[in-house]
Amino acid sequence: MNGPSILLWGFAATIVLTILMTASQSLGYTRMSVPFLLGTMVTPNRDRAMLMGLLVHTMNGWLFSLVYALAFESWHRATWWLGAGIGMVHGLFVLTAGMPILPAMHPRMVSEYFGPTPNRQLQPPGFLALNYGRRTPLVTLVAHLVYGAILGAFYRLVEP
Amino acid sequence: MSHSNETSYRPIGDYALIGDCRSAALVSSDGAIDWLCWPRFDSPSIFAALLDGRRGGRFRIAPVDPSVTTRRYVGETAVLETTFQTASGVIRLTDLMPVASEGEKARDLLPDHELLRRVECLAGTVDIEVLFDPRPDYGRMAPRLIDRGAFGLACEHRGQVIALRSDIQLAAVDGPGARGRARLRAGEARTLSLTYDRGLPVVLLGGAADHRIARSLAWWNTWMGECRRYDGPYAEAVRRSAITLKLLTYAPSGAVIAAPTTSLPEGIGGVRNWDYRYCWLRDASLTLRAFDDLGFTIESEAFLSWVLHATRLTWPELQVLYDVHGEARIPESVLDHLEGYARSAPVRVGNAAIDQLQLDTYGEVIDAAWRYCARGGRLDRTTARTLVGLGNTVVRRWHEPDEGIWEPRSGRRHHTHSKAMCWVALDRLARLCDRRYVQARAASFARERDAIREAIETRGYSATVGSYVSIFDAETLDASLLRLSLMGYADPHSPRMRGTVARVRERLGVDGLLYRYLDEDDGLAGSEGAFGICSFWSVEARALQGDGDTARAEFERLLAFGNDVGLFAEEIDPETGAAIGNFPQAFTHVGLINAAVTIARVQGEGPVHAPVDVPAVEERGRV
Repeated sequence: MNGPSILLWGFAATIVLTILMTASQSLGYTRMSVPFLLGTMVTPNRDRAMLMGLLVHTMNGWLFSLVYALAFESWHRATWWLGAGIGMVHGLFVLTAGMPILPAMHPRMVSEYFGPTPNRQLQPPGFLALNYGRRTPLVTLVAHLVYGAILGAFYRLVEP
Repeated sequence: MSHSNETSYRPIGDYALIGDCRSAALVSSDGAIDWLCWPRFDSPSIFAALLDGRRGGRFRIAPVDPSVTTRRYVGETAVLETTFQTASGVIRLTDLMPVASEGEKARDLLPDHELLRRVECLAGTVDIEVLFDPRPDYGRMAPRLIDRGAFGLACEHRGQVIALRSDIQLAAVDGPGARGRARLRAGEARTLSLTYDRGLPVVLLGGAADHRIARSLAWWNTWMGECRRYDGPYAEAVRRSAITLKLLTYAPSGAVIAAPTTSLPEGIGGVRNWDYRYCWLRDASLTLRAFDDLGFTIESEAFLSWVLHATRLTWPELQVLYDVHGEARIPESVLDHLEGYARSAPVRVGNAAIDQLQLDTYGEVIDAAWRYCARGGRLDRTTARTLVGLGNTVVRRWHEPDEGIWEPRSGRRHHTHSKAMCWVALDRLARLCDRRYVQARAASFARERDAIREAIETRGYSATVGSYVSIFDAETLDASLLRLSLMGYADPHSPRMRGTVARVRERLGVDGLLYRYLDEDDGLAGSEGAFGICSFWSVEARALQGDGDTARAEFERLLAFGNDVGLFAEEIDPETGAAIGNFPQAFTHVGLINAAVTIARVQGEGPVHAPVDVPAVEERGRV
């Protein structure tokens, strides 16, 4: 595996993914903020949560890029469309499996079964994270496609 | 009273509400559940006999012989007891959606939703009949019930399973549904547990019903223990309203829906039938005030948090309404296959008011944030930026005509109430800036606020009428003008406000009730009744003017329009006193609470609750 290439392009892909998600949020396409969701796992302070979540999210992006790199190495090829394909599977996994189980892992998130006890915690994402806006699945998929495409396009395979 | 046949319609006020703060059901006094939507308030119905006696579906338990019924909620809970007295004996039907604390739910495997019905014979011998006829998807589906023996009856619909475990043997008869009969003797009881799950194996519950009832009673009693701030008059009505408001709260998000029903008509046989199973931002400030004044601070925080979160998709513009998770797109459609309550068609789902511009919502939302901060809450930076964005929208758009608070479908006009609420928005924002909750230039908001006041005082007041008027440069009146003093825009003792209260009551009042408007074309055929919350505003306005005795007398008269278990609809028919419109209506109960609190305040008995200057009572959280 090409360590420096993973470090560089894993970071770059994560930054682009974060920009896409944040821009979508600012444009009113979705209310989902992955840094905020991650950050509030460790602190209830919203401002601090964004900062800590961003750090955790960047680390996650790097870690996931290792899996992408392993896939490229096993196939002995890395192209933008292969990366986008993995990104598509990654995005679908996040939406269909990751989001529904988030309330079980997140200490400050309620589930759809919550109530009637009063709630001042985070809303659950629901199926395909649709509770955060109907365009959330689209935004998430596109962001992960771009993440994978960047990795596939720029990752350099280890010389045989 | 004998029980009804299956195609007649009970009066709207004949229903009581049960729920679990995610969904709700209406139970008639003859033991029929005629309205139930699962899994959410705004999901398609499973029982909708309320809107079509033949096709809607219902779940009825009642004596075979004619009976006289009485009913009540058990103490300060949402557990309903209906007692049927027949010639041969007495039975008691207990209806509830069981609730439990999160800790208890973590220990027991519980279904997504449950509706529990327990019938017990108190005296003599009574034959009872059960009709179970679920019709999912607003009655479009007449499912085949599968008899699973000891596991009860079940039907499936698009991955959703509805299962009934019954101590009474039920069998399919001609047509959809199942029926059964049982003879109960004194001391005997039977339980019927209806459960719902989606995409998972259904969780069946049968036994231990007593435990679930006891646990639910305990939960509601514990929750009502939080109602510690209010110690004023009319406590019973106020506390029942608080429970009703809680039942209309969607706990996973904190949203409060306007009502659990759709298309209950504002005039029997008319077309003014709307879907109220959504959240109107207009209710934000008043609902927050009601929760706060009673001591339900977590509910008020959760609601404000939902308001500020839900509106981010449309920020810096506000829509009129959103769904319980903040979805901004709620298209309106007509269910042609349902005949409507008492043949009041059309039956609508969704709400086209979503496309309207109602500038007063900005004032409601920003005032709610102000109240929260004034009571000790804090705003994070994102929320503060959100509020400033809303304020900038008000600065940019307050000159525009809008549809106004009553959502007419006759076009946009310059509504005085909307302008006054724009004034409220900028006034509160300037205060938030002054106290450094929000970083923005207070002077620019204050300048625009003063310009709005000048416009209102010049064009929104008619010297000829001696009152503020509904629309700039016109001479018509509507009940929203009463809110000018309630929201702190006008001094309640000022000649202009005194004149407004007097003129509004003269023109719109009828027998102690108040229409919202009378001489305006709202673009709809037919007429409507007196508006519940407007009548309570009138009481509040009188109390603020220092006329406590009149306010109390009128308040007591209004209480008489609630049904036997203290529930109020959106409107009241002035001729018959009957409840009309969606039921029960959160806005009316909010009006009741706020009017009672204001009366208590002017009597020196209640929580301090001035229109604007709210004192901090405790250290609050952050939204």
